[in-house]
Amino acid sequence: MSVQTSPQPADVTPAPAPFLDVRDLRVHFPTEDGLVKSVDGVSFTLEKGRTLGIVGESGSGKSVTSLALLGLHKGTRAQVSGEIWLEGKELVALPETEMRALRGRTVSMIFQDPLSALHPFFTVGAQIAEAYRVHHKVSKKEARDRAVEMLKRVGIPQPERRVRDYPHQFSGGMRQRAMIAMSLVCDPALLIADEPTTALDVTVQAQILDLIRDLQEEFGSAVVIITHDLGVVSDIADDILVMYGGRRIEYGTTRDVLKQPQHPYTWGLLQSMPHLTGDVGERLDPIPGTPPSLINLPAGCAFHPRCAYKGWVHEGRCTVDRPELRPVSGTGRHIAACHLTDEAKHEIRDGVRKGA
Amino acid sequence: MSTTQSLTGQTTDRPTGENLLEVRGLQKHFPIRQGIIFQRQIGAVHAVDGIDFSVGPGESLGLVGESGCGKSTTGRLITRLLEPTGGSVVFDGEDITHQPPARMREARRNLQMIFQDPYSSLNPRHTVGTIIETPMRLNGINPPQGHKKRAQELLETVGLNPEHYNRYPNEFSGGQRQRIGIARSLALRPKLIVADEPVSALDVSIQAQVVNLLQDLQREFGIAFVFIAHDLAVVRHFSERVAVMYLGKIVEVADRESLYTRPRHPYTHALLSAVPEADPDAVERRERIRLAGDVPSPIDPPSGCRFRTRCWKAQDKCATEEPPLARAEGSPSGHLTACHFPEEPTLAREEDIVLDPALGQGLPIET
Ligand SMILES: Nc1ncnc2c1ncn2[C@@H]1O[C@H](COP(=O)(O)OP(=O)(O)O)[C@@H](O)[C@H]1O
Ligand SMILES: Nc1ncnc2c1ncn2[C@@H]1O[C@H](COP(=O)(O)OP(=O)(O)O)[C@@H](O)[C@H]1O
Ligand code: SF4
Ligand code: SF4
Ligand SMILES: [Mg+2]
Ligand SMILES: [Mg+2]
Repeated sequence: MSVQTSPQPADVTPAPAPFLDVRDLRVHFPTEDGLVKSVDGVSFTLEKGRTLGIVGESGSGKSVTSLALLGLHKGTRAQVSGEIWLEGKELVALPETEMRALRGRTVSMIFQDPLSALHPFFTVGAQIAEAYRVHHKVSKKEARDRAVEMLKRVGIPQPERRVRDYPHQFSGGMRQRAMIAMSLVCDPALLIADEPTTALDVTVQAQILDLIRDLQEEFGSAVVIITHDLGVVSDIADDILVMYGGRRIEYGTTRDVLKQPQHPYTWGLLQSMPHLTGDVGERLDPIPGTPPSLINLPAGCAFHPRCAYKGWVHEGRCTVDRPELRPVSGTGRHIAACHLTDEAKHEIRDGVRKGA
Repeated sequence: MSTTQSLTGQTTDRPTGENLLEVRGLQKHFPIRQGIIFQRQIGAVHAVDGIDFSVGPGESLGLVGESGCGKSTTGRLITRLLEPTGGSVVFDGEDITHQPPARMREARRNLQMIFQDPYSSLNPRHTVGTIIETPMRLNGINPPQGHKKRAQELLETVGLNPEHYNRYPNEFSGGQRQRIGIARSLALRPKLIVADEPVSALDVSIQAQVVNLLQDLQREFGIAFVFIAHDLAVVRHFSERVAVMYLGKIVEVADRESLYTRPRHPYTHALLSAVPEADPDAVERRERIRLAGDVPSPIDPPSGCRFRTRCWKAQDKCATEEPPLARAEGSPSGHLTACHFPEEPTLAREEDIVLDPALGQGLPIET
């Protein structure tokens, strides 16, 4: 098992310790059908004031990763291993009581569906105030004032009045704002946003992404944003981590990953997307097949059943050897897990660009 | 500033050619009732409120707009799953406005629909074979090769294994189920398919597979499409003409090239500027418009121009006079815009437009 660990890349300098340092995170679920390896050796680092985007198709382990960062697998059947270092504290081994003191205060979360985070029977204001009072010794009045202030900050009109509303009295976009207000009320150092705009319309999505960015600048927090939309990460993230079948397959700065993608899966994601500009006559180039089962991941490179380029790697290595994450030459800390040589990649990408 | 020019005499947004589908003044108001025994109507949701458009044979018209603007209702009115409150729908020369599907003649087989949700739109208790054969049997169509053979051919056409004929929907992935829905819609060789968000529920790689499939079918069989989606890039890719809806109205319609590069309606600008692109350089290239607030309620839509409550250009006239959908000066024929003060035909803009009070204020909050 341990020989298969995705290594921490050699070019990520360990000192000084990063604000968030996730090392070889694994989250496995024993089920009747077998062991579901939802997250299987994921590592990344993140500094304060920076944003990491985790992308991948549904079922690639993004949400399970985010729940692990919040310690929400504690007390469930999930088997969690690896290390999550946050400001010098290791969270995987932290007892639930201590984790609870961090949750909402140091680490907090924005979910895709605000209704899952907001209780229908309590007013929005009461819930934000309560989230504040859990971690701060303040009077009810002070907490309520704080709630009004937060609602105002996230752009809820007439916050003094809306603070008394119930979640169902808010529109979808307003609820998302209210949840952002709640998750930021304690000024968390790490904010995790799992598909925060997936359910929203595009004009509202743009407002919410801008809001998250503004608030991050203001509060200096680190943000992990999870999404299946490469447009969203391009808009908001400094770094991108691409997951496939519970593992990292590519990781680097947003510019490196989107401008110089190194993994056939990342190529596939980008070529599947239609654009707002450019040639409409061009056919989309989908990735064939479907994402793998997390119980029986294909041997070798997990992407091989869907990969059009495995023939470029000799002796069928792709179906046997799992590719390690290797640094991409000429970059800072861009890494990708693929057996293709740099020359082969160049040749393939040139062919694609010429419209082969 | 440009002015609008009324379209006297021109009854279609399509500059030339015959129409397969012609929609005029189409309306759907859903009554809102109150009271337990005597239900009084106290108002209505103006879901679709007087729209005109037409689709030529083999052509694809895209319908975009944010949720609740009336796209699905429009699709259901065209396929007559809903009865219009007003206006008319003429399909292939047959007025089907008040014709229930059971009484339609040709339209019933020539007009098909694909739904967004590949999970709920297929009966889980029927085999794939039954699902695809049912429309043929209901319409008394007996292909020479037999129902089963025809269903298997259709499975093959949509890229599924014909041997899966006896399987049930739950044995398939989301993308495969969408293919089954497509096979079903093809069974009667329709002339028009209304596809309501056919790829919205799918992952991007699977989405591309289904879009390509639909495109192949469109070309091979000359099927016309009304392609409904909220994803502007997907619509641009699939449809040569695109209509933008807002709160039950079409606010702009044009061929895709004109609409995506020279939009004239402020709302179209706002929509286009909000789409995030997977290109780090795109951020600098594009105009930035951030609207404030939400779409108003369709129960009591704003007077005059419905977009005026969120429009940065709104003036008194916008509240008193509804802007007609007409060709704005400087637009090519067939490019219609419903705005009193249309935008310049460009996507360039000197300054950002940020109406959202929460953005860019940078007020520090005490902690
Ligand atoms: N509690 C659980 N028990 C078993 N399997 C789970 C559990 N939670 C998630 N999974 C599985 O883990 C995989 C990854 O899920 P998730 O992280 O939600 O994916 P996504 O990338 O779409 O967010 C999925 O196959 C899912 O079915
Ligand atoms: N059966 C119905 N009864 C009442 N209101 C409805 C019904 N169907 C749709 N609506 C309302 O009509 C409006 C348009 O809905 P819809 O056509 O589904 O929009 P879209 O597909 O663009 O999201 C919305 O406000 C919606 O709530
Ligand atoms: S390792 Fe082989 S199968 Fe995997 S992505 Fe690279 S070329 Fe394709
Ligand atoms: S008519 Fe007036 S309110 Fe409506 S879009 Fe045009 S400028 Fe804006
Ligand atoms: Mg998820
Ligand atoms: Mg809809």
